[in-house]
Amino acid sequence: MTLDAAGTLAIDPLLDDAGTRIIVCCGSGGVGKTTTAAALGVRAAERGRKVVVLTIDPARRLAQSMGIDSLDNTPRRVKDVEGDGELHAMMLDMKRTFDEIVEAHADPERAKAILTNPFYQSLSAGFAGTQEYMAMEKLGQLRARDEWDLIVVDTPPSRSALDFLDAPKRLGSFLDGKFIKLLMAPAKMGGRAGMKFLNVGMSMMTGTLGKLLGGPFLHDVQTFVAAMDTMFGGFRTRADATYRLLQAPGTAFLVVAAPERDALREAAYFVERLAADDMPLAGLVLNRVHGSAAARLSAERALAAAESLEETPEETPDTADHPTRSPAANAAEMPAENLDERGIVDQEAGKADGRGAGVPSPEAAKTAKAVETAEVAPEAAAVAEAPGPSEAAATGGTTGATGTAEDPEDEDPEGTAGAAEPANHALTGADSVSADDSVERLTAGLLRLHAERMQVLAREQRTRARFAALHPEVKVAEVAALPGDVHDLAGLRTIGDRLAAGGSPAGAA
Amino acid sequence: MSRLQVVSGKGGTGKTTVAAALALALATEGRRTLLVEVEGRQGIAQLFETEAFPYEERKIAVAPGGGEVYALAIDAERALLDYLQMFYKLGGAGRALKKLGAIDFATTIAPGVRDVLLTGKACEAVRRKNKQGAYAYDYVVMDAPPTGRITRFLNVNDEVAGLAKIGPIHNQAQAVMRVLKSPETAVHLVTLLEEMPVQETVDGIAELRGAELPVGKVIVNMVRPHVLDEAAVRAVTGDRRKEVARTLTRAGVSGSAKLVTPLLEQAAEHAERVELEREQRAVLGTLGLTTHELPLIGEGMDLAGLYRLASELRKLGVGE
Repeated sequence: MTLDAAGTLAIDPLLDDAGTRIIVCCGSGGVGKTTTAAALGVRAAERGRKVVVLTIDPARRLAQSMGIDSLDNTPRRVKDVEGDGELHAMMLDMKRTFDEIVEAHADPERAKAILTNPFYQSLSAGFAGTQEYMAMEKLGQLRARDEWDLIVVDTPPSRSALDFLDAPKRLGSFLDGKFIKLLMAPAKMGGRAGMKFLNVGMSMMTGTLGKLLGGPFLHDVQTFVAAMDTMFGGFRTRADATYRLLQAPGTAFLVVAAPERDALREAAYFVERLAADDMPLAGLVLNRVHGSAAARLSAERALAAAESLEETPEETPDTADHPTRSPAANAAEMPAENLDERGIVDQEAGKADGRGAGVPSPEAAKTAKAVETAEVAPEAAAVAEAPGPSEAAATGGTTGATGTAEDPEDEDPEGTAGAAEPANHALTGADSVSADDSVERLTAGLLRLHAERMQVLAREQRTRARFAALHPEVKVAEVAALPGDVHDLAGLRTIGDRLAAGGSPAGAA
Repeated sequence: MSRLQVVSGKGGTGKTTVAAALALALATEGRRTLLVEVEGRQGIAQLFETEAFPYEERKIAVAPGGGEVYALAIDAERALLDYLQMFYKLGGAGRALKKLGAIDFATTIAPGVRDVLLTGKACEAVRRKNKQGAYAYDYVVMDAPPTGRITRFLNVNDEVAGLAKIGPIHNQAQAVMRVLKSPETAVHLVTLLEEMPVQETVDGIAELRGAELPVGKVIVNMVRPHVLDEAAVRAVTGDRRKEVARTLTRAGVSGSAKLVTPLLEQAAEHAERVELEREQRAVLGTLGLTTHELPLIGEGMDLAGLYRLASELRKLGVGE
């Protein structure tokens, strides 16, 4: 694609470079951030690095696959990783991280006062920004231990994209702010003379807050702030240090997205924000990209061909008369314009139909057509005997008759069953093809699937092109979609392979 | 039908889209719905292809049949200042508090205050009446935080009522909680037929029930049609491969291996997905909740797609 000026993001050189010390995976929710972080960790470890992966909120089975489903806030070595490297993984426990900070920086008595304070207990259990702040705090801790040569960090599913960058600053500025000084004032100043002026303002403030929050709550806050007093400097310093760490050359940000409009819009916002904050962006990981090795067959042509195959009830009179003839022979005799015409006429209906039953009109239209054809056909009597089209018409099935026509032994009661089955599927909303259907119906199914795939491809290309136009400088690694979820090391390796391959899946470029 | 419809779901499941479609579906003839967002993402404005909303309720759509949809992006800071003005006539004090960083503290750092303000504003809209004594809005639909945070978000008033043991905040928190825990509220969870979102839905429902919050429906979004099942795929990959090739040729496309092989591969992937979806449907089935399925809009979500989802929801009986 010409818009992809910056080209493909090469994952392996990034992982192999000893200078890469931290990889941060960020992106909006539901795009596979955690899986990407885990897959990068596995791949880097199997390529010889000593890696720790910090996940925030992994899906249970993904966590189990790495042996970190117990929440103890410490990195655990992941078994069954091949090669010379090592993989450690941990899941963030924000309350515990917060508690540990308090315990490490306050004497036991003061620590106890903080840990039992109701205000602290709510704060540490995860309100606005705590998770983001603690993720950064933990990253700083892991980096300081210097036991790993690569740290891969997942980021919290924040309400706004870069809360994890903002949270430390916000907490820092709050702790340095006037408000906290005011809150602390009564504890510090007592009734000291000369501070009367400030105290007047103060009492008006606490009065207001007390009115709003209730006296006991304000008291809790004040006690908390007083107890935390000595630790504030530490928080601020560490928040600043972590922020600088993120800007350092050893850090690489990967923005993770899926090829959907909202996810890529968020991704664009991330890219801009990272640039504004001087954070080093390595590139974009685009998960769940669809490809097709048969991309030369367009959705429109596939649908038209499927339509023409599904029109086969029209053949019924013909084949019922000569049950031994092969479909190919029929095809040879079928007038070509006739086929084309049907393809065009039914295309619109077919599109709607492909998106699910329960839309009655196309079904009805086709059925009506089948009936009409049966009536005008010279062998109408034969059709009426073979329970195909008329039964199908009554139940809403469309192509059940084809089976009857093709397989001589299906001609009677089984033929009816065959016709009824697709109708049932239609009723339950799953217009599924079963093994005992005719090859026409099966092939039409294959074509419809392909058409659906090509539509997805086209949509993904449009959204990607929009992103590429906005940010032509960003390198992209595309990860071909897997049909199922990933929850074991083998799956993570597969994702890693696809990440490293980086380029567009067949047909997606 | 509960008057406060809360829509949550794992990230990427399309909860904002579903919330908007629900607001449209509920706005049947002559009715008014209010669609509120609480996460400051301006997702509703993007969906309706309008510019970002200021902090006010404004009409964004007329639903099929003549109902009206209003939208509001609730901003915690503005809600707090409104509040101070409305209840305590503290307009000036609000500005002073802001200067001191107290408003910032209250809306971004103080535990739960932000969430109380957001849910409080939504509940105010639910209870609001016009001069004739009728409800200002027939329904309020909230595009809520994701499944992982929803229980904490809605239940925060309980926590705040516990922290602020007396005073107006305490009373306000309790009043909000009364609405949220009553049958006036229903919390719906949007999911996809994939393992992670389904697992999160199951966990989320357990949490909501644990907190005695009223669980509504499960809405399965982006459901793709089943074109072929596994048995069909087995059949075509075996002996009938040649027949398929011939049939393709007959239908006017190439029957060469170059086409047949990828088509069969795609079919095998599809069949695997159908099987996984069947398992996930079974898991959802154990929840004992009404489940609605919405189709995938193949062309990507736009206004036309949104209206289509709304009409699907009406067909499913929403708004009756």
